[in-house]
Order: sequence, then C-alpha cells, then structure tokens
Amino acid sequence: MRSRMMVVGAAAGCLLASCVTINIYFPAAAAEKAADKIIDEVWQLKKDSAGVESKVPGEEKAK
Amino acid sequence: MRNFLGVMRVWVALLLVVMAASAQAAANLEIDTPAISALRSSQQARHSLLASHYASGAVGLTRDGMIALRDASLVPLAQRGKVSEWVADENRDRAALYREIAQANGHPEWEAEIRATFAERWILKAPAGWYVQNARGEWVRK
Repeated sequence: MRSRMMVVGAAAGCLLASCVTINIYFPAAAAEKAADKIIDEVWQLKKDSAGVESKVPGEEKAK
Repeated sequence: MRNFLGVMRVWVALLLVVMAASAQAAANLEIDTPAISALRSSQQARHSLLASHYASGAVGLTRDGMIALRDASLVPLAQRGKVSEWVADENRDRAALYREIAQANGHPEWEAEIRATFAERWILKAPAGWYVQNARGEWVRK
C-alpha cells in the first residue's frame, strides 16, 4: 500500500516536472505570433488579420 | 485506501492546474504591458517618418532586428541629420522592445531569441522594394 502510493507519487512528480520543464524552453511559435502582431501594428499592415482588429472601413478613411 | 484516493485526487488536481497554466503560457507571450505599449506606439508614430526612406533604399532592415542608414546619399542633404536621428531612435526602441518582452514574460534570457524572431519577421513582412540584409550581412532588395 505504502510502496504503491510512493510509486504513484513519483510518477506524478515526474509528470509535473516535465510540465514545468516545457516552460523553460523558448516558445518559438508564440514569439512569432507576438512579433507579427507588433509588426502589423507598427507598420500598419493588414487591419483585417483574423478579425483581431475589426476596423470599419469608414473609420480607416477618416484617419 | 481512503487516504490513498485522497492523495491521488490532490495530485490529479495539481497536475491539471500546472498543465493548464503551462499550456496557456505557451500559447501567447505577454506584449501588453505599459512599457511595451509605449514602445509600440512610439515606433508606429516614427514609421510614418521613415516609410519613404525604406522605400527609397536609404534605410534598410538588418539581420539582427535593427535598421540602418545604408545609403545616406539617397536622402536630401538637409534631411540627413534628421533621418539618422530617427534611425538611432528606432534602434533604441527596438532594443528596448526585445528586452521588455523578455522581461514581461519572466525570462530575461529570452531576449536574444526574441530579437532573432523579430529580425526574421520584420524581413519576411517587409514590402517588395525595401532593402534587407541576408544571412551573410549583404544588402539585398526584396
């Protein structure tokens, strides 16, 4: 009983550790997404990307 | 036995929380802090000043995520001082942007990788006609 609990505990500990480890690696996909968002904003590229910035056409003209 | 089930339940709950947290952290980077927002709007405002100089080829995008005055002769003499000032300002903002994003996400050591990611994306997204540096540092016209 006690040893079974220890095995389960150790397994859960390993899993938990691996989850934490993932976060230490650089999130390349997330960084690309963040870069694209900032670049689109700074260079004022496409306003209709994935509906994130839902600008009314008239609003853009008024600028 | 009841004790064992209780321990198991706690473990599973803990695991779920950690997994959810790490999944969320991986999906997005924090880019909405006041410092980052200020840099973004400062760069956006400056872009209207620099846009014509990117188009003329006077200013180009470097392979390290910065910009450079690559051919000052393409800028009217009277404007040259201003343009090199804007280039320096933009590079200061860019360096701060990469640093702030790394810090906002709790990993200052990510700065170089964030810069490298931006370097690649700036060049990829640059319109045709702009000058960018290739991997060997040579200027090429997109």
